[in-house]
Amino acid sequence: MEFLNDLKDQVSTAYELLAAGWGVQLLWGIAWTLAVTVVSMLIGAVLGSLVAAAKLSHRGGLRFIGESYTTVFRGEPELLIIYLFYYGGTQVLTGVARSTGSIGSTDILNMPSFLGGVLAVGIISGAYQAEVFRGSFLAIHRGELEAARAYGMSAWLRFRLVIVPQVLRLAVPGLGNVWQLTIKDSALISVTGVAELMLTANKAARSTHHSLLFYTVAGILYLVMTSVSTPIFEKAERYTSRSFTRPK
Amino acid sequence: MAFDFYLSTMWSVLKALPLTLEIWFFGIAFGLLIATGLTWLRASGYKLGEYFTRAYVFIFRGSPLLVQLYLIYFGLSQFDFVRHSPILWPILRDPMYCTIVAMALNTAAYESEIFRGALRAVPVGQIEAAKAFGMSAFTRFRLVTLPIALRLALPAYSTEIILMTKATALASVVTIMEMMGTAQKIQHDTFRPIEVLTCAGVIYLLLNLSIARLFAWVEYRLSPHLRPPPEQSQQIRPVPEVL
Repeated sequence: MEFLNDLKDQVSTAYELLAAGWGVQLLWGIAWTLAVTVVSMLIGAVLGSLVAAAKLSHRGGLRFIGESYTTVFRGEPELLIIYLFYYGGTQVLTGVARSTGSIGSTDILNMPSFLGGVLAVGIISGAYQAEVFRGSFLAIHRGELEAARAYGMSAWLRFRLVIVPQVLRLAVPGLGNVWQLTIKDSALISVTGVAELMLTANKAARSTHHSLLFYTVAGILYLVMTSVSTPIFEKAERYTSRSFTRPK
Repeated sequence: MAFDFYLSTMWSVLKALPLTLEIWFFGIAFGLLIATGLTWLRASGYKLGEYFTRAYVFIFRGSPLLVQLYLIYFGLSQFDFVRHSPILWPILRDPMYCTIVAMALNTAAYESEIFRGALRAVPVGQIEAAKAFGMSAFTRFRLVTLPIALRLALPAYSTEIILMTKATALASVVTIMEMMGTAQKIQHDTFRPIEVLTCAGVIYLLLNLSIARLFAWVEYRLSPHLRPPPEQSQQIRPVPEVL
């Protein structure tokens, strides 16, 4: 009974705190988390397809670059890469600005935290996406590429009409995994000061001393985000492979 | 000058390597224990066990490790019974233990899925053959299912171990001075983040590459039956395809 009363108290405090403005803040946090994730995925898609192409290249030099990219960015702690882009970016920007004289010799030009975070998470996401794209390309039937060549298609035409549609179709499940990973990585850029969900929960926990409540709410919101995206990707998978289903 | 700086940074970060490895080792060891329990619950056939493991995996795989770490370190201490417990409080007030607990709980979710997949991938024929030999359930598990499943789980397990190496860096956000924390401190003192983080990055990369190498070697040793035959056996007439 005492436990139930305690729980009732907890719930009513939670309701009060969330209604007092933290709820809206957390919703903004979700919006920023989604923005970070979407932009990072896009950066990762561009880098990932380039790196996948490099890894599949006939040229040893390009292959080496591609291999190093995926090894380094999948082998380093995410936190280190985020610090590197945020603080390293600040170091470079400050150096450039000081030498051109646009700021004083003791001033510091900070890396915009959103830009730094998104670049870092995007580059990590790109390493995982590269592996997904490479796998999808290798899964395309060799005969189709040969047939396209036999029809006299140019390299660009083969890429546009044969490779891209199939790679995209085959990559959907893998991209779903990378999306989940990127949502979770986006929590780490709270260390640079982007007001996404994690940082908002942090602020709320510190200023109200209800860390249990706010970290639990943040955890649930992350679970909602990752679990809502699962059926969306499943639907996308069904849609893109609709011409490949077996007749019943 | 620059070279000296790299050298001294490298040395300072390396001095924190034992602490990183400590977090890493205990996280993995406890994670393996929990994962074994979860896999057993899942495979036991009890509906309740299955629901529990499903929920566990969903929660720990669906949210960031950082949230889990904060929840354990900052959140749990709000309970009075935690603060008054002679067993829980010494563990949960220490950021080092909290990191290990968070890592172990997190990796157990992933590992239990890996083990479940590996157990399911053991060929049915092998198990049937063992049954036909009259092996008891325990002997069958010990001599047939477990060895095959462990080998099948190895590639995914090695990936998980590398993810754990990366996860140790999160200890730095709860004030542990492991490699990442040390690098952070030097970086703040010197304002040369690129040089400092490059040094730390090289160490992390070498660590992960050697772990990957080690697992590749173990995998090679455990799968002699999957290797291509040595050169001289090609002289032996190949078995006809009709078989």
